[in-house]
Amino acid sequence: MSGNKVEDNVDHASNSKGISLPMTRVKLIMKSSPEVSSINQEALLLTTKATELFVQYLALSSFLNGSGKDKNTLSYSDLANTAEETETFQFLTDILPRKILVRDYLKSLEENPVEEADN
Amino acid sequence: MAERPEDLNLPNAVITRIIKEALPDGVNVSKEARRAISQAASVFVLYATSCANNFAMKAKRKTLNATDVMSAMEEMEFERFLQPLRESLEAYKKGQKGKKEASEQKRKDAKEKKSDTGENDKSREDEEEEEERMEEDQEAENDVEEEEVEN
Repeated sequence: MSGNKVEDNVDHASNSKGISLPMTRVKLIMKSSPEVSSINQEALLLTTKATELFVQYLALSSFLNGSGKDKNTLSYSDLANTAEETETFQFLTDILPRKILVRDYLKSLEENPVEEADN
Repeated sequence: MAERPEDLNLPNAVITRIIKEALPDGVNVSKEARRAISQAASVFVLYATSCANNFAMKAKRKTLNATDVMSAMEEMEFERFLQPLRESLEAYKKGQKGKKEASEQKRKDAKEKKSDTGENDKSREDEEEEEERMEEDQEAENDVEEEEVEN
């Protein structure tokens, strides 16, 4: 199971809490949200850990669904596709937009001029 | 609040290592992909925080706690993280308990040492003072440890 794999990876982590990302930095990001007043240590630990799991899950899903499996690469477009196609990653579509050639974009405008009016 | 915008990024070296560990050996991850994953991770933190905060608000609490984060994961449909997160929390709690026990043991040892050297006729007050001082030392030590962990 993927859960076991994740645990294995965490064993290599560099500190006693089994966490590699700096909790101070995660806390800073959490606090940048204006509605949040305070965060207890356990909530911070869990959020940091969840972020690590998220990075692993996003990377692995994108690689496995991606086009670079034969070439042994993970590219931006694999990530953009995952964001668009996987429901749990859909909140990422704004920051991981699929890249599109100007030529294709113009073509799509010609075919569907309503889109222009929307923008 | 963050003073510079890059303070809201996660450290690239650590993100790269986590990605490498998740993927099969020898997979090449483009620079653009690494940057995108790192940004996605920051957005994930914000999204999780916002969800967790909603649960805290519903419960009329001002401080986010472990339950809020777990509920947020469920709401975000990251149920697959729940089990490893529970294990992580357990390990953390055990670690905290271990620290406490270690400091109690230390205190006990110190007391025994004292009686060995024939200082057991010292007044009770002195002993209490000693204990207090040691407690402070222990706390200072813990703080240092936290700092190391966080950097």
